[in-house]
Amino acid sequence: MKTVSAEHLVKTYDKGEVRALNDLSLDVAEGTVLSVLGPNGAGKTTVVRILATLLQPDSGNAHVAGIDVIKHPDKVREVIGLSGQYAAVDETLTGWDNLVMFGRLYHLGKQQSINRANDLLERFSLTESARRPIKTYSGGMRRRLDLAASLIVQPKVLFLDEPTTGLDPRGRMEMWGVIEELVKGGVTLLLTTQYLEEADQLADEIAVIDRGKVIARGTSDALKKQVGGERLEITIENQDMAKVQEIVARISASPTHVDGRTVSAAVSTGSRALIEALRALDEVHIHPLDIGLKRPSLDDVFLSLTGHVAEETVAEPVKKKRGGKK
Amino acid sequence: MKHLLSDSIVITKRQLLQLARIPELLIFSTIQPVMFVLLFRFVFGGSIATDQPGGYVQLLMPGIFVQTVAFTLAATASGLAEDMKKGLIDRFRSLPISRGALVIGRTFGDALLNILVLVVMATAGFAVGWRPTSGFMRICLGFLFLFSFGYALSWIGIYVGLVVRDARVVQNVGFLVTFPMTFLSNAFAPTTGMPKALQYVAEWNPVSSMVAACRQLFGVKNEFGATASSWPSQHPLETSLLYMILLMVIFIPLSVRKYANTSN
Repeated sequence: MKTVSAEHLVKTYDKGEVRALNDLSLDVAEGTVLSVLGPNGAGKTTVVRILATLLQPDSGNAHVAGIDVIKHPDKVREVIGLSGQYAAVDETLTGWDNLVMFGRLYHLGKQQSINRANDLLERFSLTESARRPIKTYSGGMRRRLDLAASLIVQPKVLFLDEPTTGLDPRGRMEMWGVIEELVKGGVTLLLTTQYLEEADQLADEIAVIDRGKVIARGTSDALKKQVGGERLEITIENQDMAKVQEIVARISASPTHVDGRTVSAAVSTGSRALIEALRALDEVHIHPLDIGLKRPSLDDVFLSLTGHVAEETVAEPVKKKRGGKK
Repeated sequence: MKHLLSDSIVITKRQLLQLARIPELLIFSTIQPVMFVLLFRFVFGGSIATDQPGGYVQLLMPGIFVQTVAFTLAATASGLAEDMKKGLIDRFRSLPISRGALVIGRTFGDALLNILVLVVMATAGFAVGWRPTSGFMRICLGFLFLFSFGYALSWIGIYVGLVVRDARVVQNVGFLVTFPMTFLSNAFAPTTGMPKALQYVAEWNPVSSMVAACRQLFGVKNEFGATASSWPSQHPLETSLLYMILLMVIFIPLSVRKYANTSN
């Protein structure tokens, strides 16, 4: 039995005009991380909202920790934690106020709620700002507090809906660190993201969704192999193109591709390919304008899986758009 | 269901904590009714003729009390809409808390705030010459009526907040409902000056019944009321009670159901 399973979920909005989920199925094994990867409007938030009992599907089944989401939403709520893309905490209250309140709502005793709040603030490096209203927090701090609020009773299953959307690079790195810690603690995690890099970093498995359907799933490596993995890219100014092409061909087993002054080819040896290329270029005194390993982006994944780029569709609930997504 | 009351109280505490964190909110929500007392007392007080012993302020105070508790509707609605907008409602709904707790807790919070507002207004009223003459028990009963009326109306507020969802729109809708409702009544001036059709509306307006009931309970003859000798103006206490019960019977289940299905 999988810890999270969704079977043939269908959800439509506007009287069937908009199909947010179109026969979507997925599952997550106990203690693993599944990343649901897709562009805006692919149906990511809708899946999470159904699994977290906030939304009823038109048809299909869903189970979390063996409990039927549709028949026993109350029981599901006792074992899950949910953290959305905008911090769902009370902005006028302090971080500490919020966590104690949520503790009480999980029916912990007063002292227990206080202890738990202190522990979590400590763990998420928020102790110093604990007594400040949330509205004075940075984006990253808010997100961490929101995550802390979803961990008050150590959920069996955690849902994170785009946990780093809108964060600056530093905030994103911090958030990744926090999530990795959680995963080590053994929680079963389903997270949605628009960033392949994020899915790659955090997930055991990735499910790519497009227009309400899973279009590919597998480990990050498998998916990348399907997409073509990393590419070595060298851009030069006025030097000998043929020579560069020759160097790239020596390093890569795949065919080289020339686009203007840029030569590229898929490589499988990562940074070693980069070093080899630099050495070879140096030997023949070619100094590239730009050289690097390009990881496949969500666009590349989509392009190779669907033949179209990841485009924003309008299949998400109206409510979501108000959140001011970046 | 086991935790309905305790969960509701946690939500109420949250609202009180908000007031503690933003004291300006509390100050302004009490200044406004005091301002109304002073404005009406000194602007209209001189020009509205009455043979009431003690003058216009005796008739005015019950009117202003009712108007102020009626504004609870807008406050409740916009507070709830604010929570919806910020996604806070989703967090609450993903917790294992009793279904009605969030909305019940908010109505409790607004009711507590009403007690404070009523105390402040009564003090302000006393300062400008308001003297209820009916005796302690009846005065208390009058305030109990006011408190209950505010509570009943906050359930309409819950429903409006859940349906409209946008705090700014809610505020406007709130005013659009409460302003005509409180002015198209016997609260500030005699209804006899209104066109005949409006007189009937004013007569059956719950605000009029409430104001008439409070005047009776505070020991004032209701000069501004009876026009058509209608049942409500003859029996203001019974009518007010009926209205309160009716509002709650309709809007509590409606709101709780709406909340349970919200964002579906």
